[in-house]
Amino acid sequence: MPSIGFRLNGVETEVDADPDRSLLDILRGPLHMTGPHFGCGANECGACNVIVGNHAVAACDTPLWSVADKDITTIEGLGSAERPHPLQRAFIAEQALQCGYCVSGILMSAAALLRRNPSPTGEDVKGALDRNLCRCGSHNRMVRAVLRAAAEMAAPQ
Amino acid sequence: MVSPGKVEIGQGIVTALAQIAADELDIDTGRVQMVRASTTRSPNEGVTSGSLSIQQSGRALRYACAEIRQIFLSAASDRLGVGIDALDISDGIISGPGNVRTSYWELAGEVSLDRDATPGATPKSSTQRTVAGNSVQRLDIPDKVFARPRFIHDQALSGMLHGRVLRPELSAAKLVDLSEGGTRAIAGLVAIVRDGNFVGVVSETEDGAEAAMKALRKAATWSAGETLPDENRLAEWLKAQPAEPAAIDKKTAPQAGEKKRTIRRQYTRPYLAHASIGPSCAMAKWTGDRVHVWTHSQGVYFLRADLALVLKLPVENITVEHMEGAGCYGHNAADDVALDAVLLAKAAAGRPVRVQWSRQDELSHAPFGAAMAIEIEANLDAQGEIVDWRHSIWSNGHTARPGRAAQPALLAATELANPHPRYIATNPPQANGGGADRNSIPLYDFPSWQIECHRLLTMPIRTSALRTLGAQGNVFAIESFIDELASERGEDPIAFRLRHLRDSRAQDVIRSVAKRANWKPDKRAGIGYGVGFARYKNTGAYCAVIAEVEGAEDISVKRLTLAVDVGEAINPDGVINQIEGGAIQATSWVLKERVRFDSQHITSNTWTAYPILRFSEVPDVEVELIRWPDSEPLGAGEAAHGPVTAAIANAVFDALGVRVRDLPITRDSLIAAMESAL
Repeated sequence: MPSIGFRLNGVETEVDADPDRSLLDILRGPLHMTGPHFGCGANECGACNVIVGNHAVAACDTPLWSVADKDITTIEGLGSAERPHPLQRAFIAEQALQCGYCVSGILMSAAALLRRNPSPTGEDVKGALDRNLCRCGSHNRMVRAVLRAAAEMAAPQ
Repeated sequence: MVSPGKVEIGQGIVTALAQIAADELDIDTGRVQMVRASTTRSPNEGVTSGSLSIQQSGRALRYACAEIRQIFLSAASDRLGVGIDALDISDGIISGPGNVRTSYWELAGEVSLDRDATPGATPKSSTQRTVAGNSVQRLDIPDKVFARPRFIHDQALSGMLHGRVLRPELSAAKLVDLSEGGTRAIAGLVAIVRDGNFVGVVSETEDGAEAAMKALRKAATWSAGETLPDENRLAEWLKAQPAEPAAIDKKTAPQAGEKKRTIRRQYTRPYLAHASIGPSCAMAKWTGDRVHVWTHSQGVYFLRADLALVLKLPVENITVEHMEGAGCYGHNAADDVALDAVLLAKAAAGRPVRVQWSRQDELSHAPFGAAMAIEIEANLDAQGEIVDWRHSIWSNGHTARPGRAAQPALLAATELANPHPRYIATNPPQANGGGADRNSIPLYDFPSWQIECHRLLTMPIRTSALRTLGAQGNVFAIESFIDELASERGEDPIAFRLRHLRDSRAQDVIRSVAKRANWKPDKRAGIGYGVGFARYKNTGAYCAVIAEVEGAEDISVKRLTLAVDVGEAINPDGVINQIEGGAIQATSWVLKERVRFDSQHITSNTWTAYPILRFSEVPDVEVELIRWPDSEPLGAGEAAHGPVTAAIANAVFDALGVRVRDLPITRDSLIAAMESAL
């Protein structure tokens, strides 16, 4: 099996696996990262979104070979309770979820948006999250939370 | 430590229960440890459904904690030599005059709580409460935002294997032939399990299980499936099936009004999928003849009862433990996958097996919310006033939950070599809110009415509880019809409703929403406004909605304004979150959702084929919560769906002059409605 290397949440990582296996498989399986969630396996729901380079992609539809030497950020690398990302703080402040199964993917889509566009409008946020499905109906709170995080990140420290 | 029988399904119940306990005990909410439900330790509180958890579990907990507080106060009084009335509790510290103090934790060794609750405990009055009634942050949200494993999907038990079950694409097809050779060669395979039409694989790894499934799918030959109804003629089909009729309610006018004419309308709603974002998942582990099951079922005891029936084991041999899943919105495949895991784990030599359904299975093999045909007929007098009202429903039953009958309701039970018959969905009695007939009895003071319900005795498409059961369909029908009658009289639809309601809380939510939405905004081209109202189950929360829609060919919902009265609200922001979510989910049902099928297959088994509302399509939602801290809590989770559905349909009429009576409201149904109006 060829070894494929990438930077995962800033850590150099090597994986020996079939290069056609999906990144989601590798993350949740051998790498024990359960933040990205399985929802459809077909790039249709966004529950497994991670950031590769500067873009949110569905890990279920990303073959391992395609991330060789790339920078990958998962929800685990976004922030932690001790060092939360502004998006995570904002999602708590806005109570922006109900069941929360979709939220790790939504946070990654939002984080990728803020990397590209630090001061998005509400429409920009909706556009960036449009491929993420939420079944509980927490959409409006999530949009508010992303805007709150953007404002916080823009404010002088 | 609080061990409720109700479970977290994303509705925030764990937080609300912790608030109630903290309030009665005078401790910080952070000190309350909530324990997940399990048949080994939790009270049997049935199923977490019907917007009843605060009423049932919350009330029990409030009384239990009030009694615990008294028990500790009495122990503190003995220890400190101070009368109970002179003692105060602050975050668990019990203190009295002269700086004497003790605490719950100091007294814990002397006080046994291993006793039955007694009647007579007096909980605090609403004005004494400091926690319940105030918005707090939900306890489970940080874990979910920081991706700490909380979902059953993210748990790994030691030595865990992975299982998958192969299900036919054709509805209820039989497995004719299976050549296992190719599958046996897949790396990591532990077992191929076959029992009649039930067939699955167990593998050392998840991708091994997936690969084995692919091979097995190719190696399986299935019989033809069962014939499904024509998806475009559902109302006719529903009305033609053998059915059990039930008289739901009858009201006779003391003096029959004079009938001038009769108006009859038919409304339909399609089958709807629960469509959880997380496909159902379970784990099971056998130790001898005992099995431990981890599940996101809404009712651990009910699931255990059904497992006992299938396994022919005493319930004592089965432990069912809850773990959170993705939102389920009713009876989805959570219980089915638990039996799958139990059956596959039999071949795992004592190791735990985790089974996860595919997206395709979740959207085609899980139970659906039942399709409904509803006919309403009203006799009107010369002034267009209603003198008699008849409401008839044709639908499959709205619940086939496990644990209620002498036969199991779990999918795999029908697939075994010695199969159990398919459990035909039934309806809960009206006293429990009804099923297909939920919310079919008008809250309006019409002089006479007759309500009847025809429950289908065939079930080619599997149905069970979906959020609101029949209420969404019935409220859509009643509120659309009312709107039509008001419009024919040239009467404002809000004035018409207020004139026919006697319950002041019902009138309050309607007046509040009218005020908040500036009813009725001036007419603008392509924009319409509509109102919908219901009291969920006629005994639960009151909800009134005004919808603003825009469109000609495609309808978009721009704004929903809601006023809600849920009685006592423990966590007001949690209630608003539930109402907003219900409103958006209902918008999705109304504009987009319909289970699709041809003569043998469920075809809507991907998100492309079963689309739900996206971020760019979500309306602004504004919720006004009318506070009644001294009233009984009435539940919140299902209050919005019916009124939102009707408000959107009525707004479409206001915008376009077209009455859409068949859901969903799409370009196709608009065209069909325009054509039938010609």
